[in-house]
Amino acid sequence: MSLYKLSVNDRDIICESGETVLDACLRENIDIPYGCRQGACQSCMVRSLQGPPPSAAQDGLKEVLRHQHYFLACLCYPQQDMAISISPPAEFFTEATVIEKSLLNAETLQLTLQCQETMDYYAGQFVNLKRADGLTRSYSIANNRLHANKLSFHIRRLAGGRFSEWAHQELNVGDKLEVSDPQGLCYYLPTSQENNLLLIGTGSGLAPLAGIVSEALHHGHKGAIHLFHGSREMDGLYWLEEMQDLASQYPNFHYTPCISRGDAPEGVARGRANDVAMTLLPSLKGWRLYLCGHPDMVHQTKRQAFLHGAALQDIHADAFHVASATLD
Amino acid sequence: MSETTATLYEQLGGEAAVNAAVDIFYRKVLSDHRINRFFDNTDMDKQAAKQKSFLTMAFGGPNNYSGADMRQAHAHLVKKLGLDDSHFDAVVEDLAATLQELNVPQELINQVAAIAESTRNDVLDR
Repeated sequence: MSLYKLSVNDRDIICESGETVLDACLRENIDIPYGCRQGACQSCMVRSLQGPPPSAAQDGLKEVLRHQHYFLACLCYPQQDMAISISPPAEFFTEATVIEKSLLNAETLQLTLQCQETMDYYAGQFVNLKRADGLTRSYSIANNRLHANKLSFHIRRLAGGRFSEWAHQELNVGDKLEVSDPQGLCYYLPTSQENNLLLIGTGSGLAPLAGIVSEALHHGHKGAIHLFHGSREMDGLYWLEEMQDLASQYPNFHYTPCISRGDAPEGVARGRANDVAMTLLPSLKGWRLYLCGHPDMVHQTKRQAFLHGAALQDIHADAFHVASATLD
Repeated sequence: MSETTATLYEQLGGEAAVNAAVDIFYRKVLSDHRINRFFDNTDMDKQAAKQKSFLTMAFGGPNNYSGADMRQAHAHLVKKLGLDDSHFDAVVEDLAATLQELNVPQELINQVAAIAESTRNDVLDR
């Protein structure tokens, strides 16, 4: 007879022998979402706060979710006491100082912050930046994991974007900002090093992708790494030389800048980044994908990639929803 | 030991069979010009999970299928996008083609099709 204690949010309950975490929570009237109760719908996904959960409870989850100790409550028979979180934890912020501001192109600012605390993040994740009055926006981390105290971001200036316009015009070197815990699942893990990687981004979607490329190269990723960066016109692209240099240094890294309007100069492809990628790489079976940028591009590319043979589990996406385009 | 007859779900290979089928089936559905517009705005991951639930049900496996849920889930497609019998038939056809691709015997495919068929009126909200 094995009874294990479950700490769920602020309560301690007992999970009885032969009972799943979901059953125990429901028996104790803990409000937990669930659907099929057989690991299919993934509604009851929760997170273990003390070490990895039983691996059988992570069946069918993306590798990055398993890595962050998420599991399905309906499949979990505890093997020890567990602490789990049903709702996302309260956000933790740390203070950071602006140490560098430079323009990458007419509309994109590179902002570098020195954080007070060492940040444990993975290239490709994002944080929330909060200014003194509480205005908060999400930005992807543009650098790799080696710079644990420094974070850089690519902040695209949006018409009427309260945060981005302020960051472009008023934020100065030496000013302070608050930075949240790193979040998001669109990041590189140094596993399956033989797999080919395909990264497609539009606009400042290059930021997390460049971080991922840098991280993958740092880990000596063995498979091919293809990066497609798209914009409408040439002036929306940036880091062409940096990426081209990287491509000449690493034979397995391939970089294709793309523009969807006007004539493309030599070395630049004409067309939307996702379409160019799908034409050049018609079979994506076994590939890992990273998609960042405009939500429509991300949505469409996910589908294209899946139909070109990529497994859904291997498609990592971060859609940039823009607050200023709505009411904010 | 009592002898039990394997359920259809077990005969097909249980969860492993569902996993193998869901990818092929979902690709077929999304590439099928008769019906893929119904999936234009869906979240791919959530939809894949739904396909898995659907196949589990169609294979006669453990499921939470309720006619009311099926009705509710498709009602807007019936009203706004004109989901009808021809689309339902297309899905059943894609399902059968998926199972053929997996070399499932025709007799079992017929059983799966019959279970899928039993949801027709709920899906089409009548």
